[in-house]
Amino acid sequence: MQNGNIKHIWQLLNTIPDPEIPVISIVELGVVRDVNLKDNLYTISITPTYSGCPAVTAFTNDIKKCLKENGFRNFKIKLVYAPAWTTDWMSKETKEKLNNYGIAPPSKIVICPQCNSKNTTLISEFGATACKAFYKCSDCLEPFEAFKCI
Amino acid sequence: MSNLFTYTIRIADSALILGQRMAEWCSNGPTLEEDIALSNISLDLFGQANGFYEYAAQINGEKSADELAFTRNEREFFNYQLVEQTNGNFGKTIVRNFLYDSFIFLFYTELANSSDERISALAAKSIKEVKYHLRHSKNWLIRLGDGTDESNKKVQDALEELWQYTGELFEMDTIDTELMKKNIAIDVSKLRPKWNEMIDSTLKTAKLNRPEDGYMASGGKKGIHTECLGFLLAEMQFLQRAYPNAKW
Repeated sequence: MQNGNIKHIWQLLNTIPDPEIPVISIVELGVVRDVNLKDNLYTISITPTYSGCPAVTAFTNDIKKCLKENGFRNFKIKLVYAPAWTTDWMSKETKEKLNNYGIAPPSKIVICPQCNSKNTTLISEFGATACKAFYKCSDCLEPFEAFKCI
Repeated sequence: MSNLFTYTIRIADSALILGQRMAEWCSNGPTLEEDIALSNISLDLFGQANGFYEYAAQINGEKSADELAFTRNEREFFNYQLVEQTNGNFGKTIVRNFLYDSFIFLFYTELANSSDERISALAAKSIKEVKYHLRHSKNWLIRLGDGTDESNKKVQDALEELWQYTGELFEMDTIDTELMKKNIAIDVSKLRPKWNEMIDSTLKTAKLNRPEDGYMASGGKKGIHTECLGFLLAEMQFLQRAYPNAKW
C-alpha cells in the first residue's frame, strides 16, 4: 500500500507541467529527485534547475497544491543541491517533446526545430527564460530558442 | 559570528551585489538581446546568492536569508569592492564582470572540492552558470577591445580604473586560513597564476594592454567599502527598510 502510494505520488508529479515549458512535466525535466516515506511522512526531494530560475518557487507551490488536492497531507518538500541538476537527465522522449514544441533540445549540435538543419548560429546565450539560448537557422532563416546544455 | 558563517556570506554578498548591479541594466541594455542577457545574469547571481544565504541563515539562526540581504548595513557586507563598482558605460560593465567572472570561475572550481558538503554542492552548481557568464563577458571584451578606436579606448580606460580592485581577490585572512585547515575554504592566493593566464591571453586577443600593478584597494572582506555600495544598498533595501517585513 505504502509503496503503491509512492508510485501514485510519482504519477501525480508527472502531471505537473513545467510552468514555463508546459509540454514537459517537472518529472521529465529532472527536477524531482526522490520520493520516500519515513515515519508516515512523505519527502519529495527536488533540485533547482538554473540558480536564477524563478520557476523553482512555482514548482514547490504546484507540488503542494497537487498533492493536497489528491488527499495527501503528510508530506514535505526538500531542496537538494547535489548532484547539481543537468540537462543530461532528460530522456530522448522529453527531448522530442521539446523539439515538437519548437524548442531545440539540449545538445552539443543545435538543430533547427523547424527544418532540422544543423546550419544554425547562436544569436545570444540568453533567451526569454533562464534555461534557453537564442539561435537562428541559417537555412530556413527562422529564429528559434534552444535549451541550454548544462 | 562563526568563521563558517562569515565565509559563506562573503561569497553570497559578492553574488548579490553584482546581481543588483546587473539588475540596474534591466530596460537600459544597448540592444534587446543584451538587455535580456544582463538581466538573466542578474537572476543567476541572485539565485547563487540565495543558496549561500540560506546556508548562512542555517548556520547562524539570527537572520533569515532575506533579512541578511535587506537589513544589514554597509559595514556588515563582505563583498569584494570590485563588484560594487558602478556600471558606467557598457564597456566598463563588461570589464568589471570579466575580471570577476574569470576569478570566480577558478574560485568555484576549487571550492567544489570543499569538505563542507553544502558549500561544495553550491559551488558545483554555480560553476555551470559562471561558465556562460564568463563566455559572455570575455566575448564582449574581445569585440570591444578589437572593435573601433572608441570602443577600444573605453574598455582600456575601464581596465585602468578597475585594476586597483583586483588585488583583494587573492588576499587571505585568518578566516580563510582557519577554514583551510578543515579543507572547507580554499587558498585564493594560489588562483593568481591561472587568473593571470586567463587575463593575459584574453587581453592580447582583445588588443588591450594589461595595466601596471599600482595601488591596490583592499578591505571588502572586512566590510570596508567604496562609496558606491551605500547608494546601491539604499536603492536595494529601500522597500524592506520603509515597510519592514512587506511581502509580495
